Amino acid sequence: MISPEMNQSCGTADHFSRRTLLKAAGMAGLTWLTPLGQLLALDAEKKKGSPAQSVIVLWLQGGPSQLETFDPHPNSPIAYGTKAIKTSLKDAQLAAGLEQTADILLNMSLVRSVVSKEGDHERATFNMKTGYRPNPTILYPSIGAIISHELPNQKIEIPTHISILPGQWPARGGYFGAAYDAFKTGDPAQPLPDLSLRVSDKRQEQRMKSVSVVDQAFMQGRQPDFDAKKTLHQQSMQNAIGMMTSDQVKAFDVSQVPLAERLAYGDTSFGRGCLAAVRLVERGVRCVEVTLNGWDTHTNNHESQGALVKTLDPALAALIADLKRRDLLDRTIVLCGGEFGRTPKLNPLEGRDHWPHGFTVAMTGGGIQTGRVIGATDPKGEKKEPENPVHVEDLHATILHALGINHEKEIITPIGRPIALSDGKVIRELLA
Amino acid sequence: MNEVPPALPVRNDRRGIWPTVVFVGLCLLVAGSVLIPLWTSKPAPAPKNFNSAQQQSPEFTAVVGQLDASIEKEWREAKVKPAPQAPALMVARRLSLGLTGTLPSLEEIRALEEQPQEQVIQWWLTRLFEDRRYSDYLAERFARAYVGVENGPFLVYRRHRMVDWLSTEIQKNRPYDELSRELINANGIWTTQPEVNFITVTVDQNDKDKGPDEVKLAGRVSRAFLGVRLDCVQCHDDFMGGSWEQKNFHELAAFFAPAEMSLTGVRDNKKKQYEFRYHGKMDDELVTPRVPFKPELLPKEGALRERLAKWVTHPENKAFARTTVNRIWALMFNRPLVEPIDDIPLEGTYPPGMEILANDLVAHHYDLQRLIRLIAATRIFQLDSTNRDNEHHVTDGQEKLYASFPVTRLRPEQVAGSVIQASSLRTIDAEAHILWQVTRFFQQGDFVKRYGDIGEDEFNQRSGTVPQRLLMMNGKLVKERSDENIVMNASSRIASLAPDDVSAVETAYLCALTRRPTEQERNYFVELLNGIKGKARFKVMEDLYWSLLNATEFSWNH
Repeated sequence: MISPEMNQSCGTADHFSRRTLLKAAGMAGLTWLTPLGQLLALDAEKKKGSPAQSVIVLWLQGGPSQLETFDPHPNSPIAYGTKAIKTSLKDAQLAAGLEQTADILLNMSLVRSVVSKEGDHERATFNMKTGYRPNPTILYPSIGAIISHELPNQKIEIPTHISILPGQWPARGGYFGAAYDAFKTGDPAQPLPDLSLRVSDKRQEQRMKSVSVVDQAFMQGRQPDFDAKKTLHQQSMQNAIGMMTSDQVKAFDVSQVPLAERLAYGDTSFGRGCLAAVRLVERGVRCVEVTLNGWDTHTNNHESQGALVKTLDPALAALIADLKRRDLLDRTIVLCGGEFGRTPKLNPLEGRDHWPHGFTVAMTGGGIQTGRVIGATDPKGEKKEPENPVHVEDLHATILHALGINHEKEIITPIGRPIALSDGKVIRELLA
Repeated sequence: MNEVPPALPVRNDRRGIWPTVVFVGLCLLVAGSVLIPLWTSKPAPAPKNFNSAQQQSPEFTAVVGQLDASIEKEWREAKVKPAPQAPALMVARRLSLGLTGTLPSLEEIRALEEQPQEQVIQWWLTRLFEDRRYSDYLAERFARAYVGVENGPFLVYRRHRMVDWLSTEIQKNRPYDELSRELINANGIWTTQPEVNFITVTVDQNDKDKGPDEVKLAGRVSRAFLGVRLDCVQCHDDFMGGSWEQKNFHELAAFFAPAEMSLTGVRDNKKKQYEFRYHGKMDDELVTPRVPFKPELLPKEGALRERLAKWVTHPENKAFARTTVNRIWALMFNRPLVEPIDDIPLEGTYPPGMEILANDLVAHHYDLQRLIRLIAATRIFQLDSTNRDNEHHVTDGQEKLYASFPVTRLRPEQVAGSVIQASSLRTIDAEAHILWQVTRFFQQGDFVKRYGDIGEDEFNQRSGTVPQRLLMMNGKLVKERSDENIVMNASSRIASLAPDDVSAVETAYLCALTRRPTEQERNYFVELLNGIKGKARFKVMEDLYWSLLNATEFSWNH
């Protein structure tokens, strides 16, 4: 005979008895990743008056063409027909297709002279995401992991570092450990995987109790802080249950947003990802990366970039407008760019190849100056050095500074070597 | 008359029946083979070539004695007490996880328990060596060091061919130096000469005319075969206190300059030379091939890659032997002897065991199976990971010196393999029913990806994560493998076939944790099962399985 509780339906977070499950998981209070004492100490370290608290990275994987996006040269042969449009920012043009972004460009700044030494996708992605070039002896953390580590949020019950639609190389925790890896999730149109219990609360409670019986036997003769110091198994389980039973997890579910608001971002997975990113930072998530893949246009550059721009434009514009409307822009830094740019000259297949010698990153929010255009690339596409070059690590230092984090702070890494959070220089003209 | 003869419809009917008959027959066959009540009595078949005298020869025992003595000396000096001996089943679990990526099955456990205590480990190893899962698993681990995990340039690279080839060679226990030489000096087409994929993986998809990449090959050779991170000085001399210079790396890369792509695949073109612009220089310069150390071991004659291959694997080039020992050690302990796995000093003091094992490897013609047998026979491999005493718990110092078996996180493929094996009473190997093999193939891939495969860095120690716990608590794999399913799942079979509650609990523990429950655990779970019958019993058993699979112990090597 099946007992009544075994027939109970299950599946949504609404069914969970939060108190029961948290109790079963042995949770006194929830803290994400970091013990309370450390939390308070770190919080005190954050500079007073720094408005920025979160970062949204719109990651254009593959290397967007600066010429077909944020840095067109319409009157030059290197445009190969790409038109430019006027924007709300005087003297700054964008490539045709970015009309909605053009309207709100006044609220952003463009760094058109980013330079990197990496021309390979994997290495360049690592470089852009961590601010360091790949080094075989140490795995550097992505900026999201650094922020999550340095600005722990006591009130958050969901991961503080999230990657929506992750590409091949999602943001990693680096030397901070796997616990700081970005939590990866797909199109917000789909429910988060594995978040719903498959049995009733009562059965789950019994299961958790049974786990503790088995764990108790395993812990015999081991150090009392074995879990905290070594496995983080029980802690991860507690955090997982905290997440499953938290209302904050609803931030991932964009279906709750009115249709018109949703469609403003474009009816695309990237658009929905951007909307979810806004909702997540609103809950206190520190860093959300939303990936738009496919910018590696070695053939038919104009056609492929044009199609991607159609996806990017409404999403980027709506994201900025939405953050502003919700009073979140002041505390959220938005960054839009890829691992490198693309060659000024078209190749025989009408594609553009990799170009790390001057490409654009668009930025705004959280203490970043608006209405600025920094640097310039050669309209003829001949010079390999742009005007006023900005190095990748300088972008990192600037973002950390805007977040009130001392970018020069050294972390003793697992290999015993002290490494600064960023070895770049703060770009003063980018700060408000 | 031209009308259709009346016999035809009858023949058509017969045709119509045959597929049904065949289908029903096949179903019965499958169901019969699957549903034959397999319970706890049948042990797995014995290995074909086990020779207990050979594995306990005085010579073999003497080397094990030397290994034990060297480690025990270090314990005495550090005043560290070793943990007690681990139960044989726990050691078998370590070996299965390390060498096949999965747990021993119930029938294998039964067979193990019939062996005399003194030969159980070597008997088990013989059985594993005869199992294709062993060579497949090792081949994949080696391949990660040789070519990484990415698919590489599609037109000229076939990773799976190389892994298949490696597995076949490992199954034959081909001397590891020979195998390594074939990789470094591979020529031909990537489909018919699978070893050549070691070279072609470095071809730039966007610039195939350039041919194999000397820089990437030099990096791979120095790390995978020499345990030296020479690629760290690719851009400039070592400024972190080491003595490597930028030229050391590029002179090694120059050995690969002749390798080019042709209609007949990879071949050497003696005219091709390597040019490089060193840090701070204005112009490219011709780089002369030179080995970074022990130049006297480099043969004078032969093609450049052939000479390099012989130099790398020269018996006096101990770096090669040490790197091999370190990789096999890492597989068995889930942690390399020298960390990181590919950064072993060329001289100085090594952890106890390294030199003895490296010398033995050279003396026994790079016999990987002997190396594995030696490590498994040491005292440290057979120590418990806990003191089993809450008053005197295991300390970090103890674990650091291998005075207790190191507790390490299982890699994703080990967790997936363990879930799938734990949920079956039978061994899921090449002999297993096709249903299980297909299930394993499809379920494992998705799980590994989502659990977080870290590719080549797989021996880096990492802690557990929230997505992993969510996947284990609520994911499809655990649900499907513990759900009510009398054909496929051990939990249901145990629920319906176990003669009593005690043996039900014990069998589930053996399947999932390769041990019997403690008295407290047994009493707890027997109480839950007590008096529960019918479908409700399936649910209780499913819950028991879920709890075992979600316990810390299941996801860690210990």
